[in-house]
This record gives sequence, C-alpha cells and structure tokens, in this order.
Amino acid sequence: MAANLDKATVREKIAKRAEQEIESGYYVNLGIGMPTMVANYIQDDKQVVLQSENGLLGIGRSPYESEVDPDLINAGKETVTASKGAAYCSSAESFAMVRGEHLDLAILGGMEGAQNGDLANWMIPGKMIKGMGGAMDIVHGAKKVVIIMDHVNKHGDPKILKECRLPLTGQGVVDRIITDRAVIDVEPKGLVLVDVLEGWTVEEVVESTEAELVVSDRLLQQSN
Amino acid sequence: MKTIYSTFQEAVKDIKDHSTIMVGGFGLVGIPENLILALVESEVKHLTVISNNCGVDDWGLGLLLKNKQIDKMIGSYVGENKEFERQVLAGELEVELTPQGTLAERIRAGGAGIPAFYSPAGVGTPIAEGKEVRTFNGKDYLLQTGLKADFSLVRAEYGDHAGNLIYNKTARNFNPEIATAGEVTIAEVENLVDIGEMDPDRIHTPGIYVQGLVEGNQEKRIERLTIKKQA
Repeated sequence: MAANLDKATVREKIAKRAEQEIESGYYVNLGIGMPTMVANYIQDDKQVVLQSENGLLGIGRSPYESEVDPDLINAGKETVTASKGAAYCSSAESFAMVRGEHLDLAILGGMEGAQNGDLANWMIPGKMIKGMGGAMDIVHGAKKVVIIMDHVNKHGDPKILKECRLPLTGQGVVDRIITDRAVIDVEPKGLVLVDVLEGWTVEEVVESTEAELVVSDRLLQQSN
Repeated sequence: MKTIYSTFQEAVKDIKDHSTIMVGGFGLVGIPENLILALVESEVKHLTVISNNCGVDDWGLGLLLKNKQIDKMIGSYVGENKEFERQVLAGELEVELTPQGTLAERIRAGGAGIPAFYSPAGVGTPIAEGKEVRTFNGKDYLLQTGLKADFSLVRAEYGDHAGNLIYNKTARNFNPEIATAGEVTIAEVENLVDIGEMDPDRIHTPGIYVQGLVEGNQEKRIERLTIKKQA
C-alpha cells in the first residue's frame, strides 16, 4: 500500500497522470479545482487550446501583477491572461462549442463514478446546493470525458460504485476515471482497469473499488 | 436615437415591484454594477432575477439579496453567497437551478423568438423532473423553454447613441444574449461615444436590442486575484 502522501502530493500525482490524456492539437476544458491544476503540467511540446466556458478559447498563464485585468477571468473566477491566438465569445457561443462536440477532451472532478459511466459531482442532499454551473452541459459535449478524483473518500469508502448514490450530473457520460490509485475505462462490458499507479497493486485497487473491475490483458501480462 | 440617462437612478425608475429582470455577468465580471446599486436604492421588491450567479455577500446581486428584494432566482451557480444559502434554507427565496449552457441558450432562445428547444444537459438528473424527454438519433434530450424578461441590464465597454455595444474580454459572457431578451434593455457603458465612432464590423450587440444607455465608472471587483510572481 502506498505511503501516506499528503493531499497536495496526491493531487499533483493525479493531475500529472491526467495530463497524459491531452494530445497535441486538442481543445480542452478543465473543470474547477484539481482539474485546473492539470494545466500546470502540460508538456511544452504539446500545442493545446484550453477553453473556459465563461467565454475564452485560449487560457494563458496567470498574469503578472502589472498585467491583471479585472475583465479577464477563467471559469473558476481567477484572473488569467489570454494565450497567443485566443478568442473571446459569449456564454451561448461558448456552450455551442461544448454542446456541438467541438471540444476534444474535458477533465472534471468527481464525487462518485459508477460502472455504467454515470457521474455525480454537484450536490449532496441535505447540504446547501450551490449549483451545477457548466458541468451538466460539458459532460454531454466533449468527445472524451475524463473524471479525476481520489479513489476513496475521507472515510476510506470507495467512490467508484456499482451505482451512484448521489444525484447525478450526467448519465453514462464518463469515458475514463483517473484516481490516485488507478486508471479505469468505462466500456460497454463495464469498467476496465487499464493502469495501476505507483505504490498500489491490482488487488488493492480491486479491493478499494465497489464496482466490478475487469483487469485489462496488458495488466494481467505484467503481473504474471 | 436611444434614451440616454444622466443618472443610474433614472435608468432603473421604470422597474417596478414583481418585475422579472435579467442581469449580465459571470461572477462579478461584466455585471452592471451601478444599475444594481441604483436598484438597491430604489427599494423595488419581489423581483425575479435571471442571472448566472447571484453576486457575493457585499457586492453585485448579493446586495439586492441582502436587502430582500429578490423573491426568485434563476441561475446556474450561487455558491459564493452565504446570505443566499440562509434565505433558501429559511424559505424566503425560491431558486431554479439551470445548467449554465442551458441557461445561456434559454436566454438566447427567448431573445430570438424560439419558445423551447431540446438540450442533452441534465438528462437522468434531478433537473429533468417534470421535463419532456425526447430521443433524437438514439440520444435523450430535455425540453427547455426560452426565457424573457421585463428588463435586461447589461454592461459594455463601449456604447453609442444608436445603442450599439462592444464588450471587453470575458466581461462579454452572458451580456449579448441578455441584451436580446429584455422587453426593455438598459446598458451601463464605460464609455458612451457618438454615432459613427464604433466600427460596424466590431459591434457585438446591434443597437436594435437596446432601449437606453447610461455612462459610468465601475469598481470592477476581483473575486480571486491569481498572479504569477515576476521571475
């Protein structure tokens, strides 16, 4: 079992693994929180355009103090710059890009994922509902939807379930789940364990996952 | 020629109790901050507000909320506002959450004369309750209705006496669609210029949608200042 890594190190590990999903030439939407961190690890040799659903196609780095423009933020409401070749648009046009399946990839956070590709990441009954923001639209728009999250919750309970218990963000929308322990694909036959991250074994991943996992042929060969 | 108001108070004087208003902005960016301040001062009550967010506790639409001027809010994300939470839990405020892209399209549809449309967002989720589901090419969609308002309040960087508007960067956000969906649209502009000064090819909102304009300076508060240290 992996050593007790602090939270920041775990987040960095997940973000770095998620970066590998991004190919040069992609248009990508990164969700708020840990997904936004993925941008910090994008390899220099990849040409990537990051979309922000508040109307910016081409998010740049954070501004220097002298460059701060209060009219220029990302969807997390942080001040940003626009990248070279960026374009601004309205919210309706921004979501036309999303809904029209023009984005290659969306990386979003998750509270729960299920073996049929369902995702829950926006509300906990009994707690204050903050709103879904753009997540419900984005999960239906991007050509590939990747969820990144901790493999288990703070009580050690699995977050990858047979069925989501929380109200859904989207039904059957997830293509891949990346956690601090594993990379899991959602396929018609169910969940396929395609990779185990450093410090963990296939058995440990299977044990900490409620949903059924099919171990990929490649992983089976590796462990033999 | 459009009505040019000399004060923000005058610009909002026709907004009466029980009006439905749409307000541009994403977070605090691109909000018509002076028009909102004038509404707070006007004490108009029982408003239905359509806006992506509801400001923060001490700025933007959060001020209307604090003053108990809003009965119902239609938006996509209201998590930055503690007073909002308190009023919802106390049953003082009705809220209709709509996915952000669906909200933008509902407003666009309202302004474009489209009563309803189908969107995939929210199928199989709590927001699908009571909505018609229809399948196209093997995929399910929800019927969503267009939205209109008695008054639309927007913020632009430039406006001219013909009502043409140009927005700045991500302060554009919901403003162009909201400008089209108000029975009366009032634009708060940073710079009011003469007709002919704006390049027709650069206009974001053609003047036909705008009934009145008022010029003023904004504070432009920043919610999450994120800066890169100079190396």
